[in-house]
Amino acid sequence: MTEATAAIPAAVKVEAPPPELERQPLVLNQRPLGWITDHIAGVAEGKTPKWWWVAFGISAPTMVMCFVMIAYLISTGVGVWGLNHPVAWAWDITNFVFWIGIGHAGTLISAILFLLRQRWRTSINRAAEAMTIFAVMCAGIFPLIHVGRAWFAWWLLPIPTSNSLWPQFCSPLEWDVFAVSTYFTVSLLFWYMGLVPDLAVMRDRATNKLKQILYGLFALGWRASNRHWSNYEKAYLLLAGLSTPLVLSVHSIVSFDFAVSQLPGWHTTIFPPYFVAGAIFSGFGMVLTLLVPLRSVCNLQEIVTTRHVELMCKVVLATGSIVGYAYGMEFFIAWYGGNPYELDAFRFRAFGPYWWAYWIMITCNVISPQLFWFKKIRTNMVAVFIISIVVNIGMWFERFVIIATTLAREFMPANWGYFSPTMVDILTFVGTFGLFMTLFLLFMRFLPMIAICEVKGITPQADPHHPLGGAGKGGHH
Amino acid sequence: MDLPPRHHGLLAEFDTAAAILRAAEKVREAGYRRWDVFTPFPIHGMDHAMGLKNSRVGWFTFIGGVTGYFTGNLMIWFMNAFDYAIPVGGKPMFSPIFAFPPSYELTILFGAFGSLFGMLFLNRLPRLHHPLLKNRRFKQVSHDKFFVVIESSDPKYSEPEARRLLESAGAKHLELVEE
Repeated sequence: MTEATAAIPAAVKVEAPPPELERQPLVLNQRPLGWITDHIAGVAEGKTPKWWWVAFGISAPTMVMCFVMIAYLISTGVGVWGLNHPVAWAWDITNFVFWIGIGHAGTLISAILFLLRQRWRTSINRAAEAMTIFAVMCAGIFPLIHVGRAWFAWWLLPIPTSNSLWPQFCSPLEWDVFAVSTYFTVSLLFWYMGLVPDLAVMRDRATNKLKQILYGLFALGWRASNRHWSNYEKAYLLLAGLSTPLVLSVHSIVSFDFAVSQLPGWHTTIFPPYFVAGAIFSGFGMVLTLLVPLRSVCNLQEIVTTRHVELMCKVVLATGSIVGYAYGMEFFIAWYGGNPYELDAFRFRAFGPYWWAYWIMITCNVISPQLFWFKKIRTNMVAVFIISIVVNIGMWFERFVIIATTLAREFMPANWGYFSPTMVDILTFVGTFGLFMTLFLLFMRFLPMIAICEVKGITPQADPHHPLGGAGKGGHH
Repeated sequence: MDLPPRHHGLLAEFDTAAAILRAAEKVREAGYRRWDVFTPFPIHGMDHAMGLKNSRVGWFTFIGGVTGYFTGNLMIWFMNAFDYAIPVGGKPMFSPIFAFPPSYELTILFGAFGSLFGMLFLNRLPRLHHPLLKNRRFKQVSHDKFFVVIESSDPKYSEPEARRLLESAGAKHLELVEE
């Protein structure tokens, strides 16, 4: 008992808010703490459900197809892709930017929403962070195989070699190497640190020796001591604080790949914020694509509630509107800037031979998220799922439009061209979805896909000053 | 002569967050030094109740971050201006401006390593073997129970006294933890 708490007179007690202002609980039905452990850990512990085998049966061969395509590309040469002069960056870089962008929602949820004290993030952050890591893995493939002679890709790293040559750091492409590898490493550290207490949960529940040893090994001997929690929470806060500028810098640096060049349509200062907003937009789309079906098949509707889905839809609406504004502003500046090349690049984007890609992009990214203004749509899971996929299609097209339309028209009309993908292009990209889904399915089968300890921490039972947390029974709290 | 088996400490179980917070205040006021609270999730206000100071993890992060930034700058200067100078478009061989993005990323990278490993170092983890991890009852700490442990190595420790204190704090169950 501290004197300060004992001295508060009963009359100062804050009145409960009126029912219409009461926030919806983050875990429905006032479930007890033990239920939360059993329910979340149960997803990874129970018998492998049929749907999982079906999903795995589709995604694993798709992943293998990706590797076969890469092997074919490396053994034959980049000629098997459709890119050629003048469009030397095409599907590969589009896919790279697309996947990197997907990852950004995971970091936004885990870091930025944590700093903003958005407690609803705890139900979705683990799965979103896993999504980030897997998406960055898919992204990393493309620049490496795009270099042509993939066996020299390690030249990008600053390591001493017998060539006595170092990477050239004036180039944004080299900055990208640092940005993406840091992003992957820090996301992995953050994700793993969040997992440690939950791995201890899995260790303590393990039903056989192998599980106990493996979970135990990775739980590092965590024993939920408050002296440990104190350091842990500080480290978590610091990692969130570090990940926030990181996530903003990663897509900014990715956009520098374009913005630092001098091509019309690329050389614009709006790119960094525009890319970051688009990344978060597409990432939330992917989180919804994954979690909307998962919460029903894994019976997690009480933890990932309709309110969670609604809030994510609102983020999609907000970032989608920012993206729409950026599209408009690009056109405005192209006209207002008075540069004929710039204006032509944009005229070509919307009305040139790639007009179809541009208008798919506008329909998917600017028009479709506006449907989320309506609560009826935000709470209709089928609609949310469909729109989330549409958003992802749109964001893939955004990167394609930016890359292909600018490169297809050079300054000299003699150099103009048109890019069409080959089957190898298409199958490699489709294959990365197989890789992504395979990794995600394995993750949810072996690790708790919702942060158990964090979800417990936001329930009323966790609050020592709430009646459900035991307050009032012993007197003064 | 058989000595009684040495024990690690006295384990007390509690059911609610409020109960454990009150118990922690009592144990601290009783003047114990080597004791700890174990909870399934961090409880708001527990650091204050236990009298813990602000965590020192931040120093590790800070040192990591500063090291990262200077490593980046030094590396780029060494590689592009000193060891094998690469002239690009008549620009200076080295400038902190173009060295900034990679150095910025290294600041974050090293800072993140500092945070994680600093946290593990301060917590003396990994430690895969611990008397508490052998205790069957203690397994509930990752489920829904709350524990206080007063270690037998505490200078003030005497078993009957610790028992009395934890009972008066409302412990639901008390037991000795084997070494």
